[in-house]
Amino acid sequence: MKPLAISAYTVTSAAARGRAAHFDALRAERTGLVEQRFEDATLACWIGAVPGIESVSLPADLASFDCRNNRLAELSLAEDGFLDAVAAARARYGAARVGVFIGTSTSGVRHTEVAFRERAAAKSAHLPDWYDYRTTQSTFSIADYVRVRLGLDGVTNAVSAACASSAKVFASAARALETGLCDAAVVGGVDSLCLTTLYGFNALQLVSTDICRPADANRKGLSLGEAGGFALVERAPAPGTLACLGAGESSDAHHMSQPRPDGAGAAQAMARALGGVPRERLSYVNLHGTATPANDAAEDAALTRLLGTTVPCSSTKGWTGHTLGAAGIVEAALSLLAIEHGFLPRSLNTRELDPKLRGAVLLAPLQAPVDCVLSNSFGFGGANCALLFGRAA
Amino acid sequence: MIRCALEGVGIAAPGLAGWAASTPKLAGNAAYLPPDAGDLEPPYAPVLLPPNERRRATAAVRQAFRAAEDAMRPGLEPRDLASVFASSDADLAVLNRICSALAEPARAISPTDFHNSVHNAASGYWSIAVQAMAPTTTVAAYDASFTAGLLEAAALTAHLDTDVLLVAYDAVAPAPLLAKRPLASSASVALVLGRGDRGAFGALDIDVNGSGETACTRAALETLRVGNPALRALPLLELVAALCPGTVTLRGTGGLRVNVTYSP
Repeated sequence: MKPLAISAYTVTSAAARGRAAHFDALRAERTGLVEQRFEDATLACWIGAVPGIESVSLPADLASFDCRNNRLAELSLAEDGFLDAVAAARARYGAARVGVFIGTSTSGVRHTEVAFRERAAAKSAHLPDWYDYRTTQSTFSIADYVRVRLGLDGVTNAVSAACASSAKVFASAARALETGLCDAAVVGGVDSLCLTTLYGFNALQLVSTDICRPADANRKGLSLGEAGGFALVERAPAPGTLACLGAGESSDAHHMSQPRPDGAGAAQAMARALGGVPRERLSYVNLHGTATPANDAAEDAALTRLLGTTVPCSSTKGWTGHTLGAAGIVEAALSLLAIEHGFLPRSLNTRELDPKLRGAVLLAPLQAPVDCVLSNSFGFGGANCALLFGRAA
Repeated sequence: MIRCALEGVGIAAPGLAGWAASTPKLAGNAAYLPPDAGDLEPPYAPVLLPPNERRRATAAVRQAFRAAEDAMRPGLEPRDLASVFASSDADLAVLNRICSALAEPARAISPTDFHNSVHNAASGYWSIAVQAMAPTTTVAAYDASFTAGLLEAAALTAHLDTDVLLVAYDAVAPAPLLAKRPLASSASVALVLGRGDRGAFGALDIDVNGSGETACTRAALETLRVGNPALRALPLLELVAALCPGTVTLRGTGGLRVNVTYSP
């Protein structure tokens, strides 16, 4: 693919709001995960909740979109001058020529959970009158909210491929720009905490009661988090500026909720993202690294079969938790921060490296010039996506 | 503008059971009669799914498979196809079960329901069924989901050397969600798009500068068209069935209108 200019980007997670605060949290090794209950959940585990969502109010004319997920979008859009950057692109290209590609796995499902709870309590056959499916629960709701909020009217999609969703938006946007469907695009992802994913992953025995410990010999599973992030992408990055240099997608074609153990599908996505970029330019791999036993082992198999055992790598989910449909954009942003600051984060919360893993997992941070960074995102349904970031030639 | 070769067509909707059987109805050579409301078809058993996955596949996934399998023909190798799945709502029966369970004190979610709850479940089952490791993506754009999927698939053909399977599908929700998302029928449409000037079914030229929206001229088909997001494809399929060159305008998101010109 042709490189995408990253003209602006921002991220909000449990670890911090905005780019600078995220970099501080990375350097200070300050996790956003807290051992606490979400709402009235009865599960004892660590979660990455973004403080302040409850008090966000959406613009009055968009009140029908009000739900936890769209509030998190609103909170995230306000950081790092992102609204101004999009306004400038809108003025330059016209609203109809700026596309919107937003990843999410569960969109506004928390809103539906509350509606069903109220229906059960009232012993009613119907959902409450206040419940608006299109603007909250619908998978498209988050993309539509971002589109309308930013005053855009170009090609707009929600991309919903589980935990690969907001990595895949870069691939969609790159294709739309190359084929002339739009001239610039807002890409991103938002997923928020809900009982569906907490109890769902718990039913699959993938939630750790301890804080998540990626690549650890005693890892017990993931910690769930919520996050929102966005990037403004355009064609033809100027030399030396931040760019998405490649996007690779593939399917495992193996199992609905387990990764292919040999990592063949994941390795295909990584190879497609790398394209013709020489392997020696790769400074770091930001792992999907959920800290489930199966994911970390399969990802290590993919990594080492494609790249050998020497490229520094780590998962940053120890800071943010697994933010599901937002993980792709969160880790894209952290990869861009790594490039800008010449800083590679260590695998946070990892105490004893799993001896069966052969990749060069960072147990201490590295301050060094960073050339290219590969960021992995894998999801249910065998959806794989890898992104390559670096500075444009 | 993007030009795609049209290499395959499939459909599964009330009274339109497969492309071969539907062609005369869509071309206007035979009357389209909607089936009686009580005249339910048996659940579709996908041919390509292995037994384990067939047991677990939900109604919405089966609906997606029905059109996708119908679009396959000799000369198309399913495992080599990239794919785009487009659905407004994926599976609201699964959402209904999960949110109902979470409203009970035990909060016992079925693990199978949880993995079936992802919007890309159909894409996952399809890739397992045909052993396709090629790129696949899943998009949603509410009532404009077919248009969004068509744009995504067309852009993907320009990017890849392989053909791209587009499957648009949505299934009727159970109560109480039905009242909040009242689709009239379950339906699915599949197209196989490829690079090049002309395929087995002709070619499509797609551009985003349209205005207005093309409706079906026959009332029964128009009722069908507006009752399910996937069936927004019907005006285009009428042209393809009749081998009639022409342009239809599809509604996209917001003010976006997409012109699709069909050449047999």
